[in-house]
Amino acid sequence: MEKAQDILELERRFQEKIDNDIRIEPNDWMPDAYRKTLIRQISQHAHSEIVGMLPEGNWITRAPNLRRKAVLLAKVQDEAGHGLYLYSACETLGADREETIDDLHSGKAKYSSIFNYPTLSWADMGAIGWLVDGAAIMNQVPLCRCSYGPYARAMVRVCKEESFHQRQGFEIISKLAQGSPEQKEMAQDALNRFWWPSLMMFGPSDDDSPNSAQSMKWKIKRNSNDELRQLFVDVTVPQAEMIGLKIPDNDLKWNEATQHYEFGEIDWTEFWEVVKGNGPCNYERVETRRKAKENGEWVRAAAVAYAEKKKNKELAVEA
Amino acid sequence: MKKSDWPLWEVFIRSKQGLNHKHVGSLRAADAEMAIENARDVYTRRSEGISIWVLESKNIHASDPQEADSLYDPAHSKVYRHPTFYDVPDGISHM
Amino acid sequence: MADDSLILGHRLSEWCGHGPILEEDIALTNISLDLIGQATNLFQYAGKIEGKGRDEDQLAFLRYEKEYKNSLLVEQPNGDFGMTIMRQFLFDAYRLPLFEALTKSSDAQIAAIAEKSLKETKYHYRHSAEWVIRLGDGTEESHQRIQKSLDLLWRYSSDLFTSDDIQTEAEQNGISPSIEEIKGLWSKNVYSVLEQATLVIPDNKWEQNGGRAGKHSEHLGYLLAELQYMQRAYPNMEW
Repeated sequence: MEKAQDILELERRFQEKIDNDIRIEPNDWMPDAYRKTLIRQISQHAHSEIVGMLPEGNWITRAPNLRRKAVLLAKVQDEAGHGLYLYSACETLGADREETIDDLHSGKAKYSSIFNYPTLSWADMGAIGWLVDGAAIMNQVPLCRCSYGPYARAMVRVCKEESFHQRQGFEIISKLAQGSPEQKEMAQDALNRFWWPSLMMFGPSDDDSPNSAQSMKWKIKRNSNDELRQLFVDVTVPQAEMIGLKIPDNDLKWNEATQHYEFGEIDWTEFWEVVKGNGPCNYERVETRRKAKENGEWVRAAAVAYAEKKKNKELAVEA
Repeated sequence: MKKSDWPLWEVFIRSKQGLNHKHVGSLRAADAEMAIENARDVYTRRSEGISIWVLESKNIHASDPQEADSLYDPAHSKVYRHPTFYDVPDGISHM
Repeated sequence: MADDSLILGHRLSEWCGHGPILEEDIALTNISLDLIGQATNLFQYAGKIEGKGRDEDQLAFLRYEKEYKNSLLVEQPNGDFGMTIMRQFLFDAYRLPLFEALTKSSDAQIAAIAEKSLKETKYHYRHSAEWVIRLGDGTEESHQRIQKSLDLLWRYSSDLFTSDDIQTEAEQNGISPSIEEIKGLWSKNVYSVLEQATLVIPDNKWEQNGGRAGKHSEHLGYLLAELQYMQRAYPNMEW
């Protein structure tokens, strides 16, 4: 039995390992809250990859040429792969993948709210790659040094494969921005719709993010939401200028003293409404995933039944 | 676990001749053939000339982390703490 | 051949995000990517031979419906996973011996494309054949479902082997193998796998042909409406 003082000692040693940048591995002792926080964060991350396939998947059959079609398909496929790596990391904590997925389908688990916005034009494929993947990479790069080994390793793999995603997005949008007036308008419209939701991807401001301090102490999180958001704005604004698109924020201006951009107030009411389920596509996204699983039920059952028959046949031959 | 749920497999890949097979992650498959094919699709994205091992996770036994043994008896020797299912708590983190 | 690859690749791409399990979603997308890659190579070469300056995208996106010469089989809708797998299997069983033979084509470029595509197709065939067996010999429900898919798709399979003057000419100068020979190899593989899968070839021997002559089913028009949407709505632009 674990006694109270033993637990305190285990916790002390655990934190010491973290402070010394020693990775935590699946079978190591860890506080229950650490495990739960990780399961929540990794599964949300995995769900985001999987739900994130849908807004882009929406344009695969309408991609404008063969190259774009293949690249988009490969990209959305990567997202399935990344979801799988992450579910796999989550399973090392004892969270069964299919049960984790059922939590998504029942509405119990959350995913990145950006994917509840619709993709209305081809330019949205550019905006998603450029802005959404750009923001995701900023969140993800620090996670490669996360204290939990399997999560950190999954993120190394994800970041390696993801580098082309943002570049392909930027390529799409800059091509449009330099194209015909219709194309330019399409690009600007996509930026107008995706800019603010992209800023929301970094989560509530630090004052409203109660779990952040503990996550930073555990080195599950390395930077605060506001820090990463600022970094994103600083990097992205010049890119927009470079391709001649206008960021839809009248309060945006460069501050020479801080060497950062100042930007307008995020509509947090909209953010919380979308998180709560009131975004334009929340219902469709989850329903689509739920249906995919439901429609696949007979397929998965058949594979299990066949595997059992085969195993029994092999056993019969051996006997 | 439901009847339609596929077991978990650990995947090991030899990325080139002369190197050891290395653990890369896990996946779901109904049988070994499917596990190998899925491993190829998921973890190698079809690079040819690669050797893949798959092993059902439940068949892997693991040593226990050294430092724990002085404090309490290890519960079991599975590679992970399978299958102790933890509920995902409600609420929203950074996303 | 390019049209077959393009249309089937397009159909499979509709699965992306909707597969029965993540691993299979990824597998179907891989096959789709291979097919779109094959279509690209073949269209490039076709455009070059034609010599009118049409590139692979103009051939893929900017023809009228009756100018597409894909078989009726590949344009059939996805249906359930069993329907998709059966369609894929009947196609892969044709493509495998075809590419094998085309590696010895008198046309060096076609031989080279076949060489690359053969590697991919071997994998596609194994994947779809294994699934046909699994579903056929799986549960009661899966058996019934995939048998029904076979019943529905069987009549389109002969369309894969419809010959015309161009085919005959290609056979005569050694560019293409004899399509009858390919059909023989196809039958051998298909019968053997269907038997393992405990599936029965339908009694109805009616053959629905026409794809190779540009006479399609109603499904192709909708597929093309989506495929061509951007090129038609925004003509003459770079993407």
